[in-house]
Amino acid sequence: MHRPIVPQETTTLLDKAKMVRREVLRLTEICGSGHYGSAFSIAELLVVLYYRLLHTRPHEPQWADRDRFTMGKGHAAIGLYPILADLGFFPQSDLDSYTRLGSPLGDHPDMRKVKGVDFSSGSIGHNLSVSVGMAAALRVRQSAARVVCMMGDGEQAEGQIWEAAASASHWKLNNLVGIVDINAAGSDGFVRDVMNNEPLAEKWAAFGWDVITLADGHDLDQTFDALDCALNEPREKPCVVLATTVAGKGVSFMEGTWHWHLGYLGPADLARAYAEVEEGSA
Amino acid sequence: MTEQENHLYAETTVTADFDTKSWDMVGSLALSQQLTTGKALVELADGGNDKIVVCTADLGGPTQVKNFGQKYPDRYFNFGIAERNMIGAAAGMATVGYIPVISNYSFFLALMGVENIRNDICYPNLPVKMVGTHSGIAMGFYGTSHHCNEDIGALRALANLTVMAPCDGNSIRAALTSLIDHPSPIYFRVGRGREAVVYDEPPVWQIGGSHTLRTGGDMTILAIGNLVHAALEAHDILAREGVALRVIDMYSIRPLDRETILAAAREHNTLITAEEHNVTGGFGSAVADVLAEAGAATKLIKIGLPDEYSILGPPTHLYRHYGLDGAGIAATVRQLLDEPI
Repeated sequence: MHRPIVPQETTTLLDKAKMVRREVLRLTEICGSGHYGSAFSIAELLVVLYYRLLHTRPHEPQWADRDRFTMGKGHAAIGLYPILADLGFFPQSDLDSYTRLGSPLGDHPDMRKVKGVDFSSGSIGHNLSVSVGMAAALRVRQSAARVVCMMGDGEQAEGQIWEAAASASHWKLNNLVGIVDINAAGSDGFVRDVMNNEPLAEKWAAFGWDVITLADGHDLDQTFDALDCALNEPREKPCVVLATTVAGKGVSFMEGTWHWHLGYLGPADLARAYAEVEEGSA
Repeated sequence: MTEQENHLYAETTVTADFDTKSWDMVGSLALSQQLTTGKALVELADGGNDKIVVCTADLGGPTQVKNFGQKYPDRYFNFGIAERNMIGAAAGMATVGYIPVISNYSFFLALMGVENIRNDICYPNLPVKMVGTHSGIAMGFYGTSHHCNEDIGALRALANLTVMAPCDGNSIRAALTSLIDHPSPIYFRVGRGREAVVYDEPPVWQIGGSHTLRTGGDMTILAIGNLVHAALEAHDILAREGVALRVIDMYSIRPLDRETILAAAREHNTLITAEEHNVTGGFGSAVADVLAEAGAATKLIKIGLPDEYSILGPPTHLYRHYGLDGAGIAATVRQLLDEPI
């Protein structure tokens, strides 16, 4: 086990999560449309993963034994880019080109254009399969690297997720960790109303995965404990972390609603959102 | 012949006599030697290539890669009937430095999986090799769901993807051996493994290549897959009538050997393409692009499946019915030669 987060580190991680939200607001301004809600709900999950748990080398992005991270919910890549830039995978100035003609950085991530992105995504439901392949191949290579796949709760409606879940369990891929960001929001409404996919814990367990329930995916200590356990505890099978989060977390008028899954803030609301993010304690 | 049989054969050139002579399931199985994927991959692995991983979706037996799994179990992944998961996982394996070879029925691989092939393999330009077997109407009486007359059309619009058609066992061997280390994805469109032999040994195999198998100045036929052997049969039939048919195996569908096509176009007023695929959007359409872009004033006759869902029947009967055998091609050539220029 890693040592728990000490208070000083908590402050740093909180600052990083604020940085993510601030950059999501700034970058969305560039193109006039963005997935605020989906990126805000995973800010703490991403921060804990990238600043505390994943083994990566920003100056050697293709390091063969790096831990892999794939974004099943590719539309939240806008939350990942600021972290990759902050870690030094690519220059901070690249962020300024977000979505502009020919930019490496689009709404969905491209592994051939963005250093630090381990797989391209955008088509929901694909990346758990890709992660299964990565984990199986890493095992053939006898690498100690782990693979983490971030999925959305709406994504659980894709049949391919369950094909991938079955194969990971069949091959006992204990180097594979899935995270389901249960922010309850989809494009057309609440996931439970559009296409209910609960009970997720029972489903994942029935598919042969270890299941860790994270009650508050914005509490840094809880989040660290859940992800640390998923990645570092010895286990015989793949592990999924079911993370309950809040869509739009950090901006009061976005929180808990699906309406800000995709949208655009006008000037007055943007100023308010910046202010709330700066004040926020997550 | 009973009235029922009469009705059965009324709309086709297939006769009851042809039926009893041409379809022998047991004999056909004995001929099932041309699906050489597994043998070729084992040879490559035995030769020191430790990067090959083989993926299939509960079709390791019928597509004949099971032997690879028996010899290299750690590098053989049977996904069960979950093709899309298999395609994505193969892409993931490629990112870790392996050379995944997918071996599966073409209709489940290329048609069900086209979006996964596009987003997971072609868009990131990963070196996954796909062998789509039993293409065209090779599955015969298994039914239209198992016919694959659309894979070329679906896949030739995917950037980064090379599409090739090995027409027999030695061609598959040549294709895999020559291109296993190619850094981009390739789709190999192959048959059922019961094809007649065209090449006595593995031919030279190049992206953008072709093989002129018979020279002849009266007419040129550009063929792929099963239609290569059918065109050779047509060549022999027509030779007895004093007609010299040039037969070219256009095994590289994307990219095409443009020079060879345009050279033939300069010699003839009419060119023939032949494929076991819908004539809409297939190999013939790709040849039409080349001719039109070059401003060639050549008439193009596309032999292939009509733009409809193919009927079922024993494979030999289907080839006869659709004019995709030697006699059918010869008839088309005769008709074209009789037309006023």
